[in-house]
Amino acid sequence: MTTAPAPAVGQSLARPRAKRLVTGRGRYTGDIAAKRALQVAFFRSPHPHARIKSIDVSAARALKGVVLVATGADVAKHCKGFAGIHRLFKGMKAAEQWPLAFDRACWQGEPVVAVAAETRAIAEDALDLIEVDWEPLEGLGTPEKAIAGGTVLHESLGDNIGYDGTTASGDVEAALAGAAVVIEDTFRFGRHTGVCLEPRSILAAYDPSDDSLVVHESHQCPAQQQAIFADLMGLPEHRVRVVCPDVGGAFGIKQQLYGDELATCIVSKMTGRPAIFIADRVESFASDIHAREHVVKGQMAFAPDGRILGLTVDDLFAVGAYSNYPRSSIGEASHVAALTGGPYRIPAYRARVRMIYQNKPPVGHYRAVGHPIACAVAEQLLDRGARALGLDPIAVRRINQVPDGTASHKSHSGFMLNGLTVEACLGKLLAGFDMAAFRREQQDARKRGLLLGLGIANFVEFTGTGAPYYGESGAPVTAQESCLARLEPSGHVRCLTGTTDQGQGTDTAVGQAIADAIGVSFDDVEVISGDSAGPVGGGAWASRGASSGIEAAVRAGRALRDEILRLAGLILQRKPEQMMLAGGLLCDAASGAELITLREVATIAHYRQHLLPPGTQPELSMTRSFVPQSQSFITTNGVQLSVVSVDPGLGDVRLLRHRVAHDSGTVINPMLLDEQIRGGVVQGLGAALFEEIHYSEDAVLGTGSLMDYLLPLATEIPDIEVAHLATPDPGTSIGAKGAGEAGTAGAAAAVLNAVNDALAPMGAHISTLPITPERVLAAIAAASSSHDTKPGLQG
Amino acid sequence: MSGPSFDEPEVTIELTVNGATVTRRVSTRRHLSDFLRDDLGLTGTHIGCEHGVCGACTVRYDGEIARSCLILAAQTDGSTVETVEGLSDSGEIEALQQAFLARNALQCGFCTPGMLVTAADLLRSVPKPSRDEVRDAISANYCRCTGYHAIVDAIMAASEKLAVKS
Ligand code: FES
Ligand code: FES
Repeated sequence: MTTAPAPAVGQSLARPRAKRLVTGRGRYTGDIAAKRALQVAFFRSPHPHARIKSIDVSAARALKGVVLVATGADVAKHCKGFAGIHRLFKGMKAAEQWPLAFDRACWQGEPVVAVAAETRAIAEDALDLIEVDWEPLEGLGTPEKAIAGGTVLHESLGDNIGYDGTTASGDVEAALAGAAVVIEDTFRFGRHTGVCLEPRSILAAYDPSDDSLVVHESHQCPAQQQAIFADLMGLPEHRVRVVCPDVGGAFGIKQQLYGDELATCIVSKMTGRPAIFIADRVESFASDIHAREHVVKGQMAFAPDGRILGLTVDDLFAVGAYSNYPRSSIGEASHVAALTGGPYRIPAYRARVRMIYQNKPPVGHYRAVGHPIACAVAEQLLDRGARALGLDPIAVRRINQVPDGTASHKSHSGFMLNGLTVEACLGKLLAGFDMAAFRREQQDARKRGLLLGLGIANFVEFTGTGAPYYGESGAPVTAQESCLARLEPSGHVRCLTGTTDQGQGTDTAVGQAIADAIGVSFDDVEVISGDSAGPVGGGAWASRGASSGIEAAVRAGRALRDEILRLAGLILQRKPEQMMLAGGLLCDAASGAELITLREVATIAHYRQHLLPPGTQPELSMTRSFVPQSQSFITTNGVQLSVVSVDPGLGDVRLLRHRVAHDSGTVINPMLLDEQIRGGVVQGLGAALFEEIHYSEDAVLGTGSLMDYLLPLATEIPDIEVAHLATPDPGTSIGAKGAGEAGTAGAAAAVLNAVNDALAPMGAHISTLPITPERVLAAIAAASSSHDTKPGLQG
Repeated sequence: MSGPSFDEPEVTIELTVNGATVTRRVSTRRHLSDFLRDDLGLTGTHIGCEHGVCGACTVRYDGEIARSCLILAAQTDGSTVETVEGLSDSGEIEALQQAFLARNALQCGFCTPGMLVTAADLLRSVPKPSRDEVRDAISANYCRCTGYHAIVDAIMAASEKLAVKS
């Protein structure tokens, strides 16, 4: 008689893959050796915007050790152009792109010429020998400049507005007119990027003998890349294979097609040799996708008791020179329209979003796409409304929140937000936090000339994207996940999943879920991911591994378990439903008595089929898939709290505490979940205080290294306190929701609110992220000069 | 891979890497990080910036931690270099490795070798550090994934375990 082992789901298990990584045995793309591989380097545009009058590559070609020098026109002979249109957004305009620029460069850092050489050093030497005759054109460095009616970046589009759309509900003009208080402000968000510690890397190996292409790529979406390389290069798709080995951070930066990566595949095709491109840090800043350059005008109208009567948002979203391929660049702005004020009942709403082209690298889907913008705008307007009305900001949140458990709440932006737990999360966040004591401390500190502030930020989150969003887009992006579970002759299980893992621990979570679904121990399951030749799936994006990826694994695991029970029933001449499989043993379901080991069943099924009844065909590999077919997103919510001190003399902000409460649905691995939240928070804290890619008005890049692009360091970040709610999502058998983006979604807003709480006694406030010392000092200076003219405005 | 040389000036170096003597001809402009990765196949040393800021390339160089992307291979003649592979094989960083695993103090793992080499250096000089001392010691090693909290926990746990042992 055996007792069933504890389920793996719910345990803080360590990640098997991490064992390799802590011993220096990781296999990142740059670690993979390929015989006869060429090193590729790119000549990039030094100008934000310039016509290419001529290119002279003869000296570069003549350099010893250089094998190929390919211009944009050379490379374009081997592929099609591409444009980042998302057909769900009617009227979207996007210009065609090519791997390398050939008549015009549209951002500083755009790749222009590819050089392939025996060593990277020689390839870089050759770059210095390339002569381009440029005719510089006007550079558009801000969205305001881009819509001012001057230079049109892509003449075929008519203007620089790639998309202009409005979402509305209720009578927002009446709400504004009838309000006791209307808070209005313009918020600016600095352009930043993911800064994966492993830069983008690709090793492409084309084989002319069978027209096949095998690519190792530091990427999140192998199946998507297979489809894109095959389509754009005109290769038979079944002979294109993309493998994503260990990936050194991705965060949405490694989710799209990059011209230089496609060009590397083409270099391999042109030379018949493997080709390696690894971006250096400077070219990462100049060519990785960027994110978050928004200028948002917001208005929030309040009744005297703090009820929100209406909200307007006008988002100028500066996406760069092109719309990103294949997903387009609209995601952030569409999420701003969909999610601003999401946690609240708002009777009247209008959101206009415009996607603006300018001379910078394309914007893509960096972690928490648009959420931080939506959250910061709404939560800061709400705080300012509460302050103007003399009400407690937490009380104002409470009277406006969507009530917990509302099964089908249709938001003011027209999205179904199901089963939100805004109040429960707020309760968790505040439990054990002595708010009264903090307010006393804040008062005391003020007397000593110290500014302390506390900020809270609620957010609603879109996770686990379903079929409609990309189904309508026209892009080769699938919301479907697949998993193959295979019984080895020894009784171990090998599982191949279409979802991918860049450190989140998705492989581990899949292993936990499938171990339980089959009835084996976690240690007896091996999970393999990141190969487009395996089961097809979307890969990692939009916090979908825990929902869609795991549901596919559970279904494959259950199918394999059913087959094992069927075979065991035939061997033992018992009914399958009278048996169970647990811990690798088949037992009598009623008594728990051990009947046969899984190993014995597997051995017979693999090697001794003659022992089975005639006509029995064992099926030892089971593939199952899952797609959230009708809903666009699994929605969830969370709340964050930040405590800061502000030095009014130096403008310095110090993070003192940061708390998060988040509803992650069923928790599969508490430790990995906490670390997803913490990692996400700290990226949001970077956005709040440090990270900004500077460009001049003419779009000249000012931040090209880690010396001038500031990232959060260990000494600047406090411990992050995390609590969870676990409200299962009804759409899957386990009920996990996404969590990878929650931390980033709300962290910057909480800090912004905290800083403004600290500055309130001085009548100052900040509406621009990141909150740099200069901006703090400028806000204080602006407040003191306006006090001189408008006494009594102090909030 | 020691690729074709193409008339670049070269020197011969002899040094000790992870306890073994290594003799190679290297281009005078080759960085130690590239030498370790490409000439010796020690790919545990990672390259995150090549300008001395991120700490991913940290190795132990003549007993002190150093950024291998800022050192030329040519200047390492006669020196002793230890990488994450060597410190793993010798067992020196085992307590740290176990603590990193148990606490999930790594996600993508790209910063991890540099972080471990740096943490080992801290624990050699300060066996019982405070949390702030740990944060200070790793403040020049960037981690983009974890937000540092778990790394600090893991280094603290390793220091406690080592204290019990000794
Ligand atoms: S690679 Fe040497 S410090 Fe970044
Ligand atoms: S674990 Fe990814 S950078 Fe530290």
